Amino acid sequence: MKYLDEYRDPQLTKQLSREIHRITTKPHVLMEICGGQTHTIVKFGIDTLLPREIELVHGPGCPVCVTPLELIDKAIALASREDVIFVSFGDMLRVPGSSLDLFSVKARGGDIRIVYSPLDALKIAKENPVKEVVFFAVGFETTAPANAMAVFQARTQGIKNFSMLVSHVLVPPAMEAILSSPVNRVQGFLAAGHVCTVMGYMEYGPIARKYNVPIVVTGFEPVDILQGVYMCVKQLEEGRYEVENQYARSVAKDGNVPAIAMIQNVFEVVSRKWRGVGPIAQSGLRLKEEFRAFDAEIKFDVGHVKAEESAECISGLVLQGVKKPHECPAFGSRCAPEHPLGATMVSSEGACAAYYRYRNIPHPEGARTC
Amino acid sequence: MLKPADSVVTFSCPVPIQDYPQVLLAHGGGGKLMQQLIDKMFTSTFSRQSPRDRHDSAVLPAASGRMAFTTDSYVVHPLIFPGGDIGTLAVNGTVNDLAMAGARPLYLSLSFILEEGLSMDTLWRITQSIKRAADAAGVTIVTGDTKVVDKGKGDGMFITTAGIGVLDHNSEISPGRVRPGDAVILNGDLARHGMAIMAVREGLEFESSIESDTAPLAEIVQTLLKEKVRVHCLRDLTRGGLSSALNEIAAAAGVAVELDEPRIPVRQDVAAACEMLGLDPLYVANEGRFVAFVEARDTGRCLEILRNHPLGAQAQCIGLCAARPEGVVTLKNTIGATRVLDTLSGEQLPRIC
Repeated sequence: MKYLDEYRDPQLTKQLSREIHRITTKPHVLMEICGGQTHTIVKFGIDTLLPREIELVHGPGCPVCVTPLELIDKAIALASREDVIFVSFGDMLRVPGSSLDLFSVKARGGDIRIVYSPLDALKIAKENPVKEVVFFAVGFETTAPANAMAVFQARTQGIKNFSMLVSHVLVPPAMEAILSSPVNRVQGFLAAGHVCTVMGYMEYGPIARKYNVPIVVTGFEPVDILQGVYMCVKQLEEGRYEVENQYARSVAKDGNVPAIAMIQNVFEVVSRKWRGVGPIAQSGLRLKEEFRAFDAEIKFDVGHVKAEESAECISGLVLQGVKKPHECPAFGSRCAPEHPLGATMVSSEGACAAYYRYRNIPHPEGARTC
Repeated sequence: MLKPADSVVTFSCPVPIQDYPQVLLAHGGGGKLMQQLIDKMFTSTFSRQSPRDRHDSAVLPAASGRMAFTTDSYVVHPLIFPGGDIGTLAVNGTVNDLAMAGARPLYLSLSFILEEGLSMDTLWRITQSIKRAADAAGVTIVTGDTKVVDKGKGDGMFITTAGIGVLDHNSEISPGRVRPGDAVILNGDLARHGMAIMAVREGLEFESSIESDTAPLAEIVQTLLKEKVRVHCLRDLTRGGLSSALNEIAAAAGVAVELDEPRIPVRQDVAAACEMLGLDPLYVANEGRFVAFVEARDTGRCLEILRNHPLGAQAQCIGLCAARPEGVVTLKNTIGATRVLDTLSGEQLPRIC
């Protein structure tokens, strides 16, 4: 397939692998931010093509994984209401709340529908005027413009039975939280190509300078990842700490300007809690005052819902790159996709799910090892 | 190959639609309306018998030797989709289950659960496509049943089938016969059925020209058996796709299956749709694809026979069985790395971004 096969080219991957081996003289710990990148790495075995000195740790860039438990509980409370059609992206439905997931709510009679675009949720609202339609607005900067557009259109078209449960988070504050942690091991980042397609990469310069880390905006195919690793390692070996753009076919320095304007028009930056990590200052979005009528937390008064996360799940440490999924004692036994303890085992972009799906060989006693 | 139902409807519905454009509860009530529906919709389409010979059961000649018997249920939304409808699925799916046991399909039963309010025209179109699919597969619909449920209690229509076939050979075809060294042969490109349905599913619609691959596989399998290809096991790749089928067989047979990803055919537009939605074509449903576990020395002959049949033109040997690790399916990808191909815990869901 054009624009895909060339980035999975066996010769090119071998050549890049050889180059990385050639320039690597000492150990480096790199973090890929995005869950999509984690899956490419594990699915294609990219880590097996790297020198032993290079360790890839997996970052927090999986929107399903970092959505806090209490937001899932709020989603479950809303989806359980008889007057609500709850609309969500597919992979949120399996995420465990405190006692249920959205699939179970659906089985109990909740009207839950899967869409691929928030504008389809708006369409459902128009087609069902006697119902309240709540869209679960989850994601990073990548999904924010389309979600902002849905609210903007709802206001413009006077659609009053539409609202959003907003759980939007931002990448740069999470990177700073990781870098300023006393247990941080990350020396260089592969920044998330899709996030930067929207936002550009001007925000990353100050982080690279402040923490002395190279940041390479990287795509999602094997050749992209290997080239991103090569550029990152080259900087580390040469003692440079700059922002570079491997994913130039998609990312412009200033990003997608109209998309950013739409985000800024509808959302404002607030502190947000990250599942497994805790609160991070100025790391999320909520609807601005003039769009508050579309905020489902206010409209349905679910703001008070609180929840405690599983004490056993180490997804927070996995998302910060401190631990690998298979270092969790529950991995593959008490925690598996059929009965997950944390969201990282659920999402198609979660690091634990990636390890489970692509790396596991059944263990004699039924547990699984990597 | 069957044409899509909506492109070949040339007859009009014989039930007087000016009176009953939709199925009523009374059409399942045992009275005149039900009799009229059965006579004009089903019996006129499927039965060669005169009314005096019709009975509560079909009476069939007994076959000598071994028989295969299967049952299946069909629920699909929408009922009519690019490349087929619930009727073609019901016939081909049942025929294929018989074919995978090495049987020559003979007879099917059809049980309809209709939802009150279903368009009579839709029912007619589906009934006609069942007839065409049965004729194409060489099977006879010999018995059936109709029930009507309240509006909101069925998804338009559910169909339950049973199928009977005969085995004209003495070979045993089952997972237990799969051995290390067997070749794994696939009859064509993957993931068309699942993506054709996905493209028209409410809330996820996207423009595509992908049609379901639904097709009857009995003839192509019978050709392999007649030509004495040493087939150890056959499996059609329905829900869960190639990956689930191979994992089931690897576990049952106690062998490893090693696949070579570049050899697995996926059409470009199907691959693009899967990429867009974040789905893996190896887990997407098919309705006209199967894998054959064949003795390695018969690989070339098996491929030649399959490629001479319209349903096997793109047949490929996609991998081999090995002794260890038992029950595990691995995939060597385009860049030469190997990964485990596991069974999904549930349905694949479109990703967020």
